[in-house]
Amino acid sequence: MRKFEDLGILNINSSLYKTRLTNKYTNRKPYKIEDPGLVLSFIPGTIVDILVEPGQIVKRDDLLIVLDAMKMQNHIKCKVNGVVKSVLVNKGDKVPKGIVLLQIEQS
Amino acid sequence: MALNRKIEELHERRQRLLMGGGEKALEKQKALGKRTARERIMALLDADSFNEYDLFVEHDARDFDMDKKILASDGVITGTGTVYGAPVAIYAQDFTVAGGSLGLMHSRKITKIMDHALKMRIPLIGINDSGGARIQEGVNSLAGYGEIFFRNTLSSGVIPQISVILGPCAGGAVYSPALTDFVFVVDNISKMFITGPEVIKTVLGEEISMEELGGARIHSEVSGNAHFFAENEDECFEKIKKLITFIPWNNTRKARPFDPSEPKKEYDIEKIVPDEPTLPYDVRDVIKAVIDNSDFFEIMERYARNMIIGFGRIKGKTTGFVANQPLEMAGVLDVDSSDKAARFIRYCNAFNIPIVTFVDLPGYMPGIDQEHAGVIRHGAKVLYAYSEATVPKITVILRKAYGGGYIAMGSRHLRADFVFAWPAAEIAVMGPEGAANIIFKKEIMSSDNPEETRKLKVEEYKEKFANPYVAASRGYIDAVIEPGETRKFLIHSITVSENKSIQMPEKKHGVPPF
Repeated sequence: MRKFEDLGILNINSSLYKTRLTNKYTNRKPYKIEDPGLVLSFIPGTIVDILVEPGQIVKRDDLLIVLDAMKMQNHIKCKVNGVVKSVLVNKGDKVPKGIVLLQIEQS
Repeated sequence: MALNRKIEELHERRQRLLMGGGEKALEKQKALGKRTARERIMALLDADSFNEYDLFVEHDARDFDMDKKILASDGVITGTGTVYGAPVAIYAQDFTVAGGSLGLMHSRKITKIMDHALKMRIPLIGINDSGGARIQEGVNSLAGYGEIFFRNTLSSGVIPQISVILGPCAGGAVYSPALTDFVFVVDNISKMFITGPEVIKTVLGEEISMEELGGARIHSEVSGNAHFFAENEDECFEKIKKLITFIPWNNTRKARPFDPSEPKKEYDIEKIVPDEPTLPYDVRDVIKAVIDNSDFFEIMERYARNMIIGFGRIKGKTTGFVANQPLEMAGVLDVDSSDKAARFIRYCNAFNIPIVTFVDLPGYMPGIDQEHAGVIRHGAKVLYAYSEATVPKITVILRKAYGGGYIAMGSRHLRADFVFAWPAAEIAVMGPEGAANIIFKKEIMSSDNPEETRKLKVEEYKEKFANPYVAASRGYIDAVIEPGETRKFLIHSITVSENKSIQMPEKKHGVPPF
């Protein structure tokens, strides 16, 4: 019988299988539940306008930030009701995808 | 003699055009480690079998100084020839002529040879090596691509279509290979992507090299766009030629039968699968132990390695193989392996190739990323493909066949014609550990020694359910066979189903979860 190297363990329904594991599986990131109070950049771009400031009361669908990307002015809208806790970017900043632009304390 | 002069003139004109983009451009192609378009055609086709058409085609574009440009054969070489005697239609883009860019006449040459291939019902081979649309010809280039894609679709499932990416293939151009049956890529030469690194940098600010974005390794290991990977062009051509020996010329024929031969002695089928069901083995060894000359032509070797697909011969007849690979991720079914298996099953069905399925899997891969990626609709593709297939379907359950995995992998219920199981097969709703934990949960929890009880219950479940006999008692499998008898049963099944003929309910076509 052939001998195999680089074997790991994969648990399927309480049975432990000795098998090769893919990099995709071993490097998987734990699932993070989305926090609607964190406003993230959904695409890399440039901050064109910030329409709120810390302490401001906001409600759903309020326009928070205008992000220039893919030749468009992208409107980033508020998803919750609450108060702006902090603004972490400035007008003119070039931002990558997935960073926190501002935080909202939900009410 | 006037005729002699005319013949001389023909030779002169030909010679000029055979130089393609000229001496310098040919040198540049070589310096990049690439063969020229003509060299590629000659390397692929049988000696002296190439008949070229449209050598003298010229573009008639006028915008952007095009009227001053002479482009030999408008940058693509088309014709027919044979591969090991089988007739094929072929085109090869010539990177030395205007970067192999596609203009109207260039595309007309390609669509003409595609029309020939469909009319004559012969395989089509497309060698892609092009900078993309010829910008000077504007919308005509787009029209050209569109006409090609339509024909790829029209011919899909009628004649085999093979794409070879031997240079850049970017933007709209990539859709032709994507619509064909098999895509071949070569390390460091193939570059396939919709938008290239420069555009990605400008628009998204992300940096990546051409190779990392759409090189041969990426497409054969990560994206699943390529089916065959080769280290160099020569290896690529050998693989193409071998593939052609396994498939028929068109969908009304069967693949050419070879002289039968026995599997190689070094593959002892009884010494491959471990007794312990949680230990791995390479299922390709099992395949090699039952096919002629142990010659297994694997497809998509580097992608979704937990599923094995490919061609082998049984008593000389081409057979498609689908098998779970316990050596990789315990052979689970997941998004990528489902896609891989489903498309191959449909290919075999389209081209009259019987399908043999080897089953050994613990089920579908659990996980949030799998669920969110749509393992449900991707997994359904396997069920759909098996159910829809009317070619002979033979299934051998080697070891584990739990739950949904049992159903999906060519079970009787999806109308497999012959289903066999090895004596150590476990056909059950789930594995003994999982089952014991669920079914006997109360007893285990209320026991004085839960661990002891659990072990006992696992053994009990193993005895009663983790075997092939419950399924056999219902006729869900046809026979429990010894591993050493497998080839004999496969040969007999393939022979008996030679003239299988069934009808599916009349419909234009189904609506599979694409």
